Formats: sequence, structure tokens, C-alpha cells
Amino acid sequence: MTLLDRLKTSLSKTRARFTSGLARLFLGKKEIDPHWQEAIQTLLLTADLGPKTTEYLLGRLAETVARENLKDSDLLFSALKKELTLILEPCARPLIVDDFPKPAVILVVGVNGSGKTTTIGKLAYSLQAAGKKVLLAAGDTFRAAAIPQLQSWGNRHNISVIAQSPGADSAAVIYDALQASRARGLDVLIADTAGRLHTQSHLMEELKKIKRVLAKCDPSLPHETMLVLDATTGQNALRQVEEFHKAIPITSLAITKLDGTAKGGILFALANQYHLPVRFIGIGEGREDLKPFDATLFIEALFNP
Amino acid sequence: MFNTLTQKFSSVYRDLSGQSRLTEKNIQETLQEVRLALLDADVAHSVVESFIKAIESRSIGEAVLNTLTPQQTLIKIVYEELVRLCGEPFSGLPLQVSPPAVILISGLQGCGKTTTTAKLAQWLQTTLHKKILLTSVDIYRPAAISQLNVLANAIGAAFYVPGEESNPVAMAKSALEQATIAFYDVLLIDTAGRLHIDEGMMAELKAIHQAIHPIETLYVADGLTGQDAVLSAQAFHSTLPITGVILTKMDADTKGGAALSIRSIIEKPIKFLGVGEKTDALEPFHPERIASRILGMGDVLTLIEEAEQKLDRAQTKKFQKKLLQGDRFTLEDYHEQLKNMHALGGVGKILEKLPAAGQFQSMLADKMNDTTLKKMEVILCSMTRHEKNFPAIISGSRKVRISKGSGTAIQDINHLLKNFEQVKKLSQKFARKESREKLLRKMQNLF
Ligand SMILES: Nc1nc2c(ncn2[C@@H]2O[C@H](COP(=O)(O)OP(=O)(O)OP(=O)(O)O)[C@@H](O)[C@H]2O)c(=O)[nH]1
Ligand SMILES: Nc1nc2c(ncn2[C@@H]2O[C@H](COP(=O)(O)OP(=O)(O)OP(=O)(O)O)[C@@H](O)[C@H]2O)c(=O)[nH]1
Ligand SMILES: [Mg+2]
Ligand SMILES: [Mg+2]
Repeated sequence: MTLLDRLKTSLSKTRARFTSGLARLFLGKKEIDPHWQEAIQTLLLTADLGPKTTEYLLGRLAETVARENLKDSDLLFSALKKELTLILEPCARPLIVDDFPKPAVILVVGVNGSGKTTTIGKLAYSLQAAGKKVLLAAGDTFRAAAIPQLQSWGNRHNISVIAQSPGADSAAVIYDALQASRARGLDVLIADTAGRLHTQSHLMEELKKIKRVLAKCDPSLPHETMLVLDATTGQNALRQVEEFHKAIPITSLAITKLDGTAKGGILFALANQYHLPVRFIGIGEGREDLKPFDATLFIEALFNP
Repeated sequence: MFNTLTQKFSSVYRDLSGQSRLTEKNIQETLQEVRLALLDADVAHSVVESFIKAIESRSIGEAVLNTLTPQQTLIKIVYEELVRLCGEPFSGLPLQVSPPAVILISGLQGCGKTTTTAKLAQWLQTTLHKKILLTSVDIYRPAAISQLNVLANAIGAAFYVPGEESNPVAMAKSALEQATIAFYDVLLIDTAGRLHIDEGMMAELKAIHQAIHPIETLYVADGLTGQDAVLSAQAFHSTLPITGVILTKMDADTKGGAALSIRSIIEKPIKFLGVGEKTDALEPFHPERIASRILGMGDVLTLIEEAEQKLDRAQTKKFQKKLLQGDRFTLEDYHEQLKNMHALGGVGKILEKLPAAGQFQSMLADKMNDTTLKKMEVILCSMTRHEKNFPAIISGSRKVRISKGSGTAIQDINHLLKNFEQVKKLSQKFARKESREKLLRKMQNLF
């Protein structure tokens, strides 16, 4: 058998194990399957929890099994869920714009294509539906047609967008939008920014500049700096949070594209390390497809194929 | 891009070195480290497990028969398997059909399809001098069509807007008609991002494919992707006959395990890497380079290529000879090599590509950055040729003179001399452990 053949068989095996294996190993069984560690390890690794967090969780579970002399498979399963909940629960802190003075300023950042502009569109829509007066700033002046993309969200829902021409200074656009939202007495300003890799220092400098310009008007600005993460992202998400945080303190996360098969398990590693609130999950491209983050639901979804 | 894997692998080898036999326990430990390194690099769990098993069974059988040291045997096996997993080298695009050759671009949301479509167009224009027509059938995402339109204008390629059509299949067909009538060589079709589990959207993609018979159906994948890479790639491949893969955002510090995962699940070549947002940031894929980089040899090949272009060959030879003679490596040679570092793009760039980066980076990085490099050069310029050839004679009074001449502190001079001694030692250490040729390459690129 060639290596590739072997890979193929084991891939199909993994999937079978993933969908039915866990339930078979755990649910309704009086005794704990001797292969429980392997099964859980596979579950966690294939959900992007990463080797470190997976080791950590397996260690905690093994302790529980020994300490409480667990024999029952159902109990082991609940123990796992409890451990997972312990990690994630503290992150479930919703965004309450009324907590901020008006206008609440939300700066949205993240790597290329993670879903920033779409998340802003959905968030603006839901805030407006909740009776808030919202303004958007087209701070992505770099990517082709990034401005009309945001404007299109605005037009559809009657939300004003402050924009300049492509290539304009992002900080200047956002500054203008801040002045406009103050003058108009609005509730929320949400600023889009260009996607950027955390490895590009000049683009990280641009973010710092945005923050500087806003902070000059009011040192507490922006009230919220939300990093948008793609749920399919692997271990690199840790680097993303670390580097964005260094450039401009991140105050919260949103995780998009959870309507796919990616589990977003990287959140557990992030939660363990950075304790940032996770505000929203994105579950589609439509305007209604942004939901407040719910730790229990998120964990349930881990176990579903 | 594969930096951290490189570091991990370097430490694996270090653990093994100095042991004369590869015991079974030793293999297990090492394999476990390799396993963790791969998982940390986002290689799909199942791919990792199979990889480790393959390595295990091969290494146990071969260690006895081979004339290599046990370490070398294991390294060789890991390397060979990684190269195989990475797949074949870039072999071009099959454009030898009656025009227009149609290329269909597909992938998940936000993976980089539209940008990659423009990059490919530019590549085809500049390297193959093809006449290109671009079109987008993304009627869903706001401003998706104008995004490609803007990019097409920027690279000077024609862009087709299907007038009345509002259905992606009809739009693709009418673009194909236009490309045929107007004698374009290549038609590139950008599609909307879609989830592999969205049946309606996948059916649409299939219908587009059937309507236009592309010679190349490319799957664009985000290089930052984790474990999900296998599931989505496989689903796309079972809907469409994918012919090749382009991995984007590889300018990030991602370890890029998705490359191995996707390649091994759909068994289609990775054709290009996207390495930036600009339309020229597209690189043909070189599996052997990435495999050697994963393995901890750094991108020695690339650096050698660059070095050969930029450096005077004769002088290089002279330096290699000197190095092999151990003690006769002088400050004069050291000075030459420091100058060459500039030609190669500075310390950072070189360290990045060094073999066994894990071991040397930490050791050298704090000692050598571009500022200290400049300082060292100034000091060396203030030394006489005699001093450089016989560093031992650099006494206190000579140091005072050099310090004045170069405007640096005595401390800096001591630092340089110490550094030089270390480099010399390092070279001798390597000379004992490694083959002449490898040593030459590595040392060549060290300073
Ligand atoms: N399925 C799904 N797609 C999403 C979700 N959020 C965003 N997308 C899609 O992902 C793609 C990229 O989204 P954008 O909002 O343009 O991402 P961005 O971060 O603004 O991208 P750049 O500005 O280019 O860096 C688009 O096709 C969106 O429709 C989500 O939650 N689920
Ligand atoms: N750094 C970097 N950014 C890239 C690369 N390829 C694409 N991008 C960026 O990734 C983001 C998404 O790229 P698009 O080309 O819009 O992606 P798409 O797949 O067409 O997105 P949808 O049509 O919304 O599904 C943009 O900000 C691009 O500039 C790359 O190789 N490196
Ligand atoms: Mg955007
Ligand atoms: Mg697109």
C-alpha cells in the first residue's frame, strides 16, 4: 500500500469515527471504553483545538477519571463537556453598546477575507433593528471594491456610510466618520478596515495610526476593537491574536463561517490564553446570520458532525 | 512560511544526534515529536497518523541494512515521505487546446479566489503572453463583480460583463461565446465563494463546469486553514473534477500544513502559492523546496540560487577553500562575508533561510542584526590587513586605535572578535559532522 492509499483509508476511517464513533463509545454505556482517550483526542484535534490544548484537556479528564473513579461512560462524556465549558464560559460576554458613551466606536480588524465587512453589515443591521442609529466608516481604502461592498450593505438597509476614494488614508476616513457621528448625535459608529496579515508590519503601523487618531479625540476610543476570525483557521489564529494585540489592543473576538464544517476549536486555545470576550458567531452570509456567542451551543456543535 | 516546523524538526534531530543507535524507544520519542510538530502545523490529524505509521514501518526495517547513521536514515525517510506528500513540481497549465482555454476558479468564501483570478491573468499575460478575458459570475456577494473589474483594469486585461444575464451558468456561457468570437487565448472565470455543504451552490458550480468545459478547474484554498482543509477540499473534488490547487496567504507565518492535507486528500498538484495581496504575488509551487524547508534544511536551495546570482563566484570558491582549512579562516574572510550579507538582503532574510534555523536563529539573532552588522563592518574597515589576517595580534593598544578609527567602543571590538571565534568554531564543528559538500553550502550561507 502506498502512503497515499494509507492516507485515504485512514481519512475515511476518521470521518466514520468522527460522526458515530464518539456516541458509540460513550452514550448509554455503563463501562468506559478503553480507547476513550484516543477517541477524544481525535475529536479535539480534528476540531482545531491543537495539540497543546488537547493534551491539557486529556490530562484534566484522566485526573477526573482517577479521582472520581469514573466507570460510567456517560459521566465521562459530561466531564469532558464540563471541562470545555469551564474554558469557554468566561468568554461569553455579549456586546452591549449602551455600556459605552455615545457614539460607541467599534473598530473591526482581522486578516484578509476573514469576514470583517460582512460581519459589520450584519451587526449594523441588527443594531439598527434594535433601534440604534448607526454609521459605517469605509476604512478599507486598499482592496479593490471594498468601499462599494460596504456601501452596498449600507444602501440595502438605509445606513449611512462615510467613505472617501480608494487609496485615501484610512485613519482620516474613520476620523471624518467620528466627527459625523458626533455631529449627527448617532449611537454607534462601526469602522471597517482592510484585511491585513499580522506579519505585515507597515499595515500594523496603519492600525496603530487609526487608534492614535481616534484616541486624540477621546482617549477611550475605540471603545471596542473586534478581531474577526475565520472558523476554518488553524493554529495560526493564535499568532493572529497575539500580533494584532501587540499592535492595537484587541478587546473582543467574532468568529465567522461556523455554518461550514469547521468547528472553530481554536477558540479554546485562545480562551485559555487571552481571555478575550467572544461577541458573535457568523453562521451565514445573510443579514440575520450573526448571533451572540453562546458557549453551551458552541460546545454542543463540537460533537455534531 | 514553514518556520516553526523547521524549528521543531531541528530540535528533533538534535535529540537524536550523539546517539550511536536508533533504539525503538528512540524512534517513538522522535516520532512523537514529529507528530506534534505536524499537528501544530495544521496537517490534518488523519494525514499525520498515516504519515507517522509510514515512517515507523519504513524506519524500523531499513535502519539495519543501511550504511547511513541511524539519524541520517530517519531524516532521509522523513524527508522522502514529505516530498512525496507535497506532490509533483509545477508543470505549467495545459493551455495547448484550441482557444479559448477556459480556467474555472472555485473555493470557499474569502479564500482569495477573485484576487487569485487576477494574479493568474497577470501571470499568463507576462510569462506566456496570452490574451486574457476575465469574468466573474459572483452575483451574490456585494461588489464582487466590480472587485474583479477593478483588478482587470489594473493589470490591463479585458473584463467581460454579461449584459442581460442574471444566472451564473448563462453568464459563464455568454462569456465563453465572447471569448471565442473575440479570439481570446484564455478565459478565466471567477465564481462566488461557497460552502462545500451547500448543496444548491455546489450544484450551481457543477452546472457551470458542465456548461463551459474548463481545461483547468482550480481549487483555491486559504493557507491559514486548519483541520477543515481536508473536508472542504474533498467535497469540492467530489463535486467537480478539480485539476489543481492554489494555496493563498502563504505570506503569513502559517506553518501551511493545509498544503500537505489537501494534496494528500485530493491528489491533485498544488500549482501556485499566493504570497501577497498584489496581483504579482503568485509563485509557482516547488514541493522539494517546501519539503526541505519542513525538514530543517531551510530554504538552502533558494539561498544558494540567490547567492550564485549575486556573489562573485571566484571569491566564493576561495572562501569555501579557506573554510575547509579550518584555522586559516581569517577576519579578512569574515569581512568579505559580512559585505556579502548586504548583497543577500540583510541578516533577517538570511537567518530565515538558514538550515537548522531553530538552533542558530536564537544563537545569532541577538548577536547579529543589521545595525550590529554595520558596526562590525566599520570596525573591520579600521583594521589593517595584517591584523585581519592574524587576529591574534590585536592587542590592547591596537584596539584603542581601531576604536578611535571606527568611532566604536572597545567593547564592540571585543564583541566582534568573540563572534568571529564562535563562527570559526561552529564551522569546525560542522566540518566534523557533515559531509564536505553540505558543510560548504551551509557555511557559505551562514555569514
Ligand atoms: N458562509 C459564511 N460566509 C461568510 C460569513 N461571514 C462572511 N462570509 C463570506 O466570506 C467572504 C469574505 O467576507 P468579507 O466580509 O468580504 O471579508 P473581509 O474580512 O471584509 O475581507 P477583506 O476586506 O478582503 O479582508 C464573503 O464571501 C462573505 O460573504 C459567515 O459567517 N458564513
Ligand atoms: N496576504 C494575502 N492576502 C491575500 C492573498 N490572496 C488573497 N488575499 C486577500 O484576501 C482577501 C480575500 O480575497 P478575495 O480574492 O476577495 O477572496 P474571494 O475568495 O474572492 O472571496 P469571496 O468572493 O468573498 O468568496 C482580500 O483581502 C485579498 O486581498 C494572498 O496570497 N496573500
Ligand atoms: Mg472587507
Ligand atoms: Mg470573490
